[in-house]
Amino acid sequence: MKYAVSLLLGLVLGAALFVAGLLYNPFVADRGLSPLAVTNAEVITLSFANIPVESIVYTNDGESMQAPYPEKVLQLWEAPIRSTSAMATVMRDARNQVAGIGVKFSSDSESTRLLTGEAIVDSVWYVYLPEHGSLFIEQTENYFPFVREVAFPAWRSSASSWRGNWLGNLTAGPGALGTAAVTGGSGRVKGLKMEGVESMSVRAFSAETGLVSSEGRLLIEMPENPGGME
Amino acid sequence: MVLGLAAAAGVLYAIPAVDQIREASIIKVAPNGGNSEMFHINVPMDRIMLGDAAQAGAVPPGLQWPADEILADVRAELFKIRNARDAVVGVAVRTAATAKESNVIDWVLHLPARGSLFINMDVASLEGGFRIGEIASGSREFRPLTGFMTERWVASDSIEEGAPSGRIELSATYVSQLAPSETVETVE
Repeated sequence: MKYAVSLLLGLVLGAALFVAGLLYNPFVADRGLSPLAVTNAEVITLSFANIPVESIVYTNDGESMQAPYPEKVLQLWEAPIRSTSAMATVMRDARNQVAGIGVKFSSDSESTRLLTGEAIVDSVWYVYLPEHGSLFIEQTENYFPFVREVAFPAWRSSASSWRGNWLGNLTAGPGALGTAAVTGGSGRVKGLKMEGVESMSVRAFSAETGLVSSEGRLLIEMPENPGGME
Repeated sequence: MVLGLAAAAGVLYAIPAVDQIREASIIKVAPNGGNSEMFHINVPMDRIMLGDAAQAGAVPPGLQWPADEILADVRAELFKIRNARDAVVGVAVRTAATAKESNVIDWVLHLPARGSLFINMDVASLEGGFRIGEIASGSREFRPLTGFMTERWVASDSIEEGAPSGRIELSATYVSQLAPSETVETVE
């Protein structure tokens, strides 16, 4: 009997050690500085509210941490879209003026590999800025640093919440430098191929209801020679 | 303890953390090359959001469309999209805007297990109530594809209670981009 108990305790302890090793693995580091932070090219900076109640519409399967908003919005309960969320939000420019509207579709990605510190979400943005035109942004996002540094501490806390100041780049591809692929659809960006990065700053998070105080940011680097682009 | 470590690693390695459910694609070969795929949206039951400055008939109830002047001529709609078997396979956004230089109608179709499509529509509609647009970009499965998509409103003549008032039909035609052929090394 004592051998069985020892085996069971060893198994549990081993599994717990493994999870701790994953979360505190020093080889899984943040990407650090955004490649667009040091560019000389013109950059479109957009900020947006990424908390459901501050957006225009947010919906998911209705059973996830973040509740859909407004309350009566259609939920994405069908099997092929159950792991997807949709958000429409106001996009603000660097002077905090309304610049347009953005719609984001995010789906859990099958390329998620927790063993290597990759909690991947495939997402696309459609952004319409009356002064610039329309933009399509394709990216893979890695939420592992956010889970490790915000969500897990909140879950571990006795109040099930986290407060602090977390700022991180979410975009992890498909660009080689961890940038998103941006395509201009209309207006002055029509036909342009660009790069972008999405980041998120979090000040408060609840393990029960999700983001409490947070803001998102999109940086889009314009090509230095638009005339030479396709 | 070692067994626990190995078991946890094995479970994470062997069991996928995410497994998207796929509806089988219903794709036909187009007569002039390429492949075509039909989607449709049952209106109003598949409409997730309808937002514009007029706020008339806003969906969902309680939607607060921003009152800023810059968005006065923008109308955005979110939908669930269905395949030819009437199964929901994705979500989409349609945006129509009146701009200074030219009007804009854009679609983004997002199919979680496959990828996304971005289409710029020609604003002028064609004979038969069609509107056609070019696939400007795509992600994942759709990245190497070009092509076009048509949209058409088909009113329903059903008098059954709860029947849709009509449907938006989307017909996408995909064409693979030509890739440069590999250099063949000549053997002397």
